[in-house]
Amino acid sequence: MTLNRSLLTKIAIAVLLLAAIVAPIGQGNYITYVLTSWLVFSIAAMGLNLTLGYAGQISLAQASFMAIGAYTTALLTLAGWHWVLAMPLGLILCFGVGLLLGYPALRVKGHLLAFVTLAFNTLVFLVLRNEEWLTGGTFGLVGMPRPDFFIFKTMKQLHFYYFTLGITVFASLAMWGIVRSPWGRAFKALRENPVRAESLGVDTRRITLLAFAIGSAYGGLAGALITPLVQFIEPGSFGLAHSLRILLMVVVGGSGFFFGPFLGAGVVILLPEVLRFTEGYYLIIYSALVIVMLVFVPSGLIGLGGRLREKLWPRQQVRGDLVEGAAQK
Amino acid sequence: MNMPILSVRNIEKSFGGIRAVRDVSFDVQKGEILGLIGPNGSGKSTLFNCILGQLKPEKGEVEVQGRKVSGLRASQLNKLGVGRTFQQLSVFPKMSVLDNIILAGQEHHGSMLSRLFGPSDAGLTEAAERLISFFRLDHLRDTLAGSLSYGQQKLVDAAMAFMAGPSLVLLDEPAGGVNLTMLAHLKERLVAYNAEHGTTFVVIEHNMEFVMSLCTRVIVLAEGEVIAEGTPAEIRANPKVIDAYLGGGA
Ligand SMILES: Nc1ncnc2c1ncn2[C@@H]1O[C@H](COP(=O)(O)OP(=O)(O)O)[C@@H](O)[C@H]1O
Ligand SMILES: [Mg+2]
Repeated sequence: MTLNRSLLTKIAIAVLLLAAIVAPIGQGNYITYVLTSWLVFSIAAMGLNLTLGYAGQISLAQASFMAIGAYTTALLTLAGWHWVLAMPLGLILCFGVGLLLGYPALRVKGHLLAFVTLAFNTLVFLVLRNEEWLTGGTFGLVGMPRPDFFIFKTMKQLHFYYFTLGITVFASLAMWGIVRSPWGRAFKALRENPVRAESLGVDTRRITLLAFAIGSAYGGLAGALITPLVQFIEPGSFGLAHSLRILLMVVVGGSGFFFGPFLGAGVVILLPEVLRFTEGYYLIIYSALVIVMLVFVPSGLIGLGGRLREKLWPRQQVRGDLVEGAAQK
Repeated sequence: MNMPILSVRNIEKSFGGIRAVRDVSFDVQKGEILGLIGPNGSGKSTLFNCILGQLKPEKGEVEVQGRKVSGLRASQLNKLGVGRTFQQLSVFPKMSVLDNIILAGQEHHGSMLSRLFGPSDAGLTEAAERLISFFRLDHLRDTLAGSLSYGQQKLVDAAMAFMAGPSLVLLDEPAGGVNLTMLAHLKERLVAYNAEHGTTFVVIEHNMEFVMSLCTRVIVLAEGEVIAEGTPAEIRANPKVIDAYLGGGA
C-alpha cells in the first residue's frame, strides 16, 4: 500500500518533469518567458512555504528577499562576476538578513508578525529607491548579462528556460532533503505546538530563525534568476504587492504541501494568461476564483485533491473506540 | 541520605493579585513516584511550569541532581534528562504517531548539522517503535496523532515524555479525561517503566484511586501552599487534607 503510493509519486514526478522539459518546445518566446517566470516564482514560493507552510511563521517580505538576491546578482554581474559566483553571495546575504528578520518572530506572532515583515518589505523598497548611487533608484539597473557555461549559452529564451529548470530541480531536491530531515520535523512541530516542542528539547528560537533564513535564501535564489531573465530590475518589481502574490501562490497551491508552491505559482501566473480569451473579464473571473479558493478550500488545491481522494478511495481507518481496550490483550 | 534528584526551594509565583504558589519547597529522591494533589486552582500546574522553565518564579530555586537549573529554557532542562507532559493534551496532530515519538528524541542525538544531513529518522525508528510497543500503540504507528481518540492521544503524549530516556518525568494529570480501561493500562505502564528504568516520577492527578495506588509518597497543595506530606495511607487519614481537599467539594 505505502510502497504503491511512493511508486505512484515517483511516476508522477517523472511525468511532471518530462512535461516541464517538453512544454516550451515549439512555443514562442513569450510562452517560454512565462514558463520561466513560473519556475522562478515557484522557487520563491517554495521558500515561503518552508517559513509559513512548514514552520508556521507568517511573512509578507518574500519579494524583498527576491530584491536582495536580484540586486546583489545584478551589481556583481554588471561588475564582471560570473552568475555562478554572484548568486551564492546573494543567497548568503538573504540568509543573513532572513535570520535578522526572524528575531521579531521570537516575540510576536500572527497578525503582528505579518505587520513587522510588511514593514521590512517597505523598508527594502525605500532603500532600493533612495540609494541611487548603488541601485539606480527608480530607474533600476539594466543590461545584466545572461550566464554562459562553456558551450551552453543562455541568451536564447529556451536555453535560459532549461538553465532555470535545472536550478529549480536542484533547489527542490535541497528542499526535499530539508523537509524530510529532522529539521523538517522540528519545523512542523514549531508550527503545531511550539511549547510542547520546546519541552521535548527543540530549540524553538533557533528553529524559528532558521525557518526565516532558509525561506529567505530561496527568495534570494529566485531573485538571482529574475536578474538575468528580465535583464532589467527596478524597486517596483519587489513591492508589497509581489510579496502578497507569493503568499497567494503558497496558499492557493496548498500551504505545507511540498508541491503546493509549483501548483500555486502555476495558477497565479498562468491562469491570467489562460483566461485572456475572456477579454476584459479575466481579472474578475480570476479574482472570484481566488476568493472561492481561500474561503472554501483553505488547504489549497493539493489539500482539495487529498480530500477528493479520501472521498473516492477512503483509506482503512482503525476505529478509535474499538482499540482502546488494547490494555487487556 | 542521597542527593535528591529534584530539589525545589521556596518557589513563589503570582499572577497579578493571585498568589498561585506560595513558598513551596520539597525534595524528590531517585526512583520515587511522588504524587502532587490539591483542589483545582491550588497551583499544581503553575508549580510544574516554574520548575520546568516554562514560567519564571519571582522567588526560589530549583536543582536537578544537585545542579542549579533556575533560568534555563525548557529545552535545556529537557536535555538534562527531565521529561514532562502538560495538563492540556499536547501532541502534534498532523504528524504520525511515529513522527511524534521520533521528534521527542531527535534533539538528543547528534549535532544540529547531523540532524540536517543525517538520516531522516535520526536513527531513532527502532527505539521509537520499542516505546510505541511498550505503550501498546503498535497498530497506530502510522496514524496521524490528531485522528486518534482522546485516550490514545493522552498515551502518545505521555510516551513522548519518555523517548529521550529521562531520569525524571513530571506528568500533569495524565489520567484526566481518560476512560477506566485506559487508566488501568496507563498506571500499569508507568509502574513498569519505573521498575525497569528506575525513572523518577512526579505526578499531578485528581483521580484519588490512581494517585493512592501509584505513588509512594504524596504532597498536598492548597491555595498555593504545601499543607501535608506523607505516604498515601497517612494522607488519607490526615484531617487537614480531608478538610481542605475532600471537604472542599472536590
Ligand atoms: N497564566 C495565568 N495567568 C493568570 N492566572 C493564572 C495563570 N495560570 C494559573 N493562574 C491562576 O493560578 C492559580 C493556580 O492555577 P493552576 O496552577 O493551574 O492550578 P491547578 O493546576 O492546581 O489546578 C489559579 O487561581 C489560576 O487561575
Ligand atoms: Mg492544573
